[in-house]
Amino acid sequence: MTYAIEMSDIVKTFGSTRALDGFDLVVRSGEVHGFLGPNGAGKSTAIRVLLGLLRPDSGSATVLGTDAWKDAVEVHHRLAYVPGDVNLWPNLTGGQAIDVLARLRGTFDPARRDEMVERFDLDPSKKARTYSKGNRQKVALVAALSSDVELLLLDEPTAGLDPLMEAIFQEVLLEEKARGRTVLLSSHILDQVEKLADRVTIIRLGSAIETGTLAELRHLTRSTVTAHTREPATGVDRLPGVHDVAVDGATVSFSIDAAELDAAIGYLHGRGLVSLVCQPPTLEQLFLEHYDDDLAALEARR
Amino acid sequence: MTTATLPRPATQAHPDGHGRLSGTGRLVRFALRRDRIRLPAWILGIAVTLVLTVSAFPSLYPDAASRQQRALMMSSPAAVAIGGPGIGADNYTFGAMLTNEMLALTAAFVALMAILTVTRHTRADEEAGRTELVLAGPVGRLAPLTAAVTVAFLASIALGAVSAAGLGSLGAASVDWPGSMLYGAALASVGIAFTGVAAVSAQLTDNSRSASGLAGLVVGLAYASRAVGDAGDLPWLSWLSPFAWAQRTYAYVDDRWSPLALSVLLAAALIGVAVVLNRRRDLGSGLRQPRPGPVRAARRLATPVGLAVRLQRTALIAWTASLLCFGLMYGSLLGTAKDFVADLEVVHKVLGSYGDTLIPAFLSLLVTMLAMAASVYAIIGTLRAQAEERSARAEALLATPVSRRRWIGSHTLVGGGGAIAILAAGALGVGSTGAVSLRDASVLGQVLQAAAVQVTPILLVVAIVVALFGWLPRLTGLVWVVMVYAITAGTLGGLLGLPEWALKLSPFALVPALPAEEFTPWPVLGMLAAAAALYLAGLAGLRRRDVGSAA
Repeated sequence: MTYAIEMSDIVKTFGSTRALDGFDLVVRSGEVHGFLGPNGAGKSTAIRVLLGLLRPDSGSATVLGTDAWKDAVEVHHRLAYVPGDVNLWPNLTGGQAIDVLARLRGTFDPARRDEMVERFDLDPSKKARTYSKGNRQKVALVAALSSDVELLLLDEPTAGLDPLMEAIFQEVLLEEKARGRTVLLSSHILDQVEKLADRVTIIRLGSAIETGTLAELRHLTRSTVTAHTREPATGVDRLPGVHDVAVDGATVSFSIDAAELDAAIGYLHGRGLVSLVCQPPTLEQLFLEHYDDDLAALEARR
Repeated sequence: MTTATLPRPATQAHPDGHGRLSGTGRLVRFALRRDRIRLPAWILGIAVTLVLTVSAFPSLYPDAASRQQRALMMSSPAAVAIGGPGIGADNYTFGAMLTNEMLALTAAFVALMAILTVTRHTRADEEAGRTELVLAGPVGRLAPLTAAVTVAFLASIALGAVSAAGLGSLGAASVDWPGSMLYGAALASVGIAFTGVAAVSAQLTDNSRSASGLAGLVVGLAYASRAVGDAGDLPWLSWLSPFAWAQRTYAYVDDRWSPLALSVLLAAALIGVAVVLNRRRDLGSGLRQPRPGPVRAARRLATPVGLAVRLQRTALIAWTASLLCFGLMYGSLLGTAKDFVADLEVVHKVLGSYGDTLIPAFLSLLVTMLAMAASVYAIIGTLRAQAEERSARAEALLATPVSRRRWIGSHTLVGGGGAIAILAAGALGVGSTGAVSLRDASVLGQVLQAAAVQVTPILLVVAIVVALFGWLPRLTGLVWVVMVYAITAGTLGGLLGLPEWALKLSPFALVPALPAEEFTPWPVLGMLAAAAALYLAGLAGLRRRDVGSAA
């Protein structure tokens, strides 16, 4: 197994703020790696460190086998980057900006560019100053996807896109994955990461608090069970690993730790199951679970 | 629901009334708050320079005879073009000097202040999307424009009042209170006139750089028409210019208020035009709909240097054309300046052999001024790198295989190289028309040699910018301290009575001023070495710092 990205114990401070605080990230070659975290958690800082734009205070960052800071220029031939907030040169057209960025990268494929412009439905003849946020984002995406590179670093690449374009983005990204490209996809859109990512890293307050496949992460978390039984399932709250019980007549719903699911279903079976819905946790829930401290802090401040 | 207990906003008396102007008052207060540092800095900077100059007069011109000599010097066509048409020359008091030599130049800065203020609060806000946010509230369609114009008017009037108070309270002979009031009003009138110009240009263009650029071009044309009109004895040409209207008040000599009415009328007419244009266009657009542009980038654009050139293209062309025109104009006046000196016996008597060195001295001065102007461009051009970094466009570029050295090198090349091209254009202008008007072909060579030497301080200024950008990216503005000092010492140093060593602190004065002085290599070589060292230091700083720390 080779690694496209290895960051270990990265610390990066801005004044008194510790933007990255012992951050670790490992992205395997050929995988789509989801990178999740709330605003200000350090996602963009981590990506800028990978690009050699920021120098970490300590720790090591390796991109495609080379040092992210020292060999930045060489390794940039082999990767493409889409920033979260795309700023373009107001006097250039979108088409010119695409060509400038892609040509500078050196592995520019004009036919691929035309295809991407077409698929993302971008008018490349307009001056960049007239573009909306979504169109600026498309310019950066097309520029990145028109290059033949090994690694794509995407920092919330679809923040300004409509659902139709979002779907096209997912389609294109799966094609890229099929071609063997590695993708680091930072995102807020959990649905997107669930569809695309092989593995996920969750960052919070500058450190990675969870990393693994979605299946591995689900193992750590609670499913939601909603059941309809002949006899009232009143004793369910006494079972181990059961939380948030709500009983409404013959309907009971609760969340349950993965390890205790078997026992709970057995209990429900004994009550005469009529219907049963068991949902694996969505990333949304994973996310909330890991940030419930933050939420509590937010609530407390209100 | 708590709605019932809240006072309903609609029933409150609206402070600014309704309709297209509603909200203007609040926007004015908001704009003044945003400019609470900037506008006082402009106003005090201009007023203090004026007052300092006048306070230096008594030591420079202690008696009437020395003042009359000055009047004589100032009546040469070249001096007339720079200053004024010889106001009060037959009794050249300090007040007359102020009006004749200082008024137009000072007013040019007032015009700049007005233009930048109007553009900042109209087109720049609109471009950034802030106007949209404001107009989404209960604010009239014309309120932002009206507020911007009001703020620029207030700033111009405040500047006039502060200047008048400063000059009047000096108590200098001949700089009396009525004259000072008129002088302040004349300065304000130019600000008011160009407020109108900027209000129109903000409607015509669809971005703030073009808006202030277009208005700045009008300032240049107005100054030039006054210069050519006065020096070439074409009064109708002078009377086209707000600068001439201010001078024709004859403040401190023959106080006349009536010409100022022209500025007010012009401003009123232009603001009327701006209002009509504003109502005809959509928010965010200029008067012309943008045409579709090229879908592909030329290969030469897709290099760091090509991109930097493209970003600076308009500015480079405008600067080159301006300095070429400036050079052609002053070069063509050299012949009359020489005849003027030759005709005047008294000049020879008073100045001895000075008459023979007058032309070389004047050529040196011209080339130094061209070099200073080119350096201003060099700073702006090189600092484009900072603008790129602040807007995060540099980040996108540096995420491609472009090294930081190559990136800053591209902006340095365009800033420094552009400045050299601008200086060359100005020198060619002076040299070519100078050679014709002096009937001496060697003038062109002399001027070009002088310009070649003056390239050195330009390179030093660029290197200072790069060094600051590498190590103190938030304090790159410090380079303007060097530049303002150099310009002040170089143009007003004599008037301010600065000692010789202080004059020599300016990089432009450290290198030999050809053709008035002999060429000596050491100052040039020393300065080049300093520039190289600063540049390398800047690169080292840039290599080790974070991208984005200029923000």
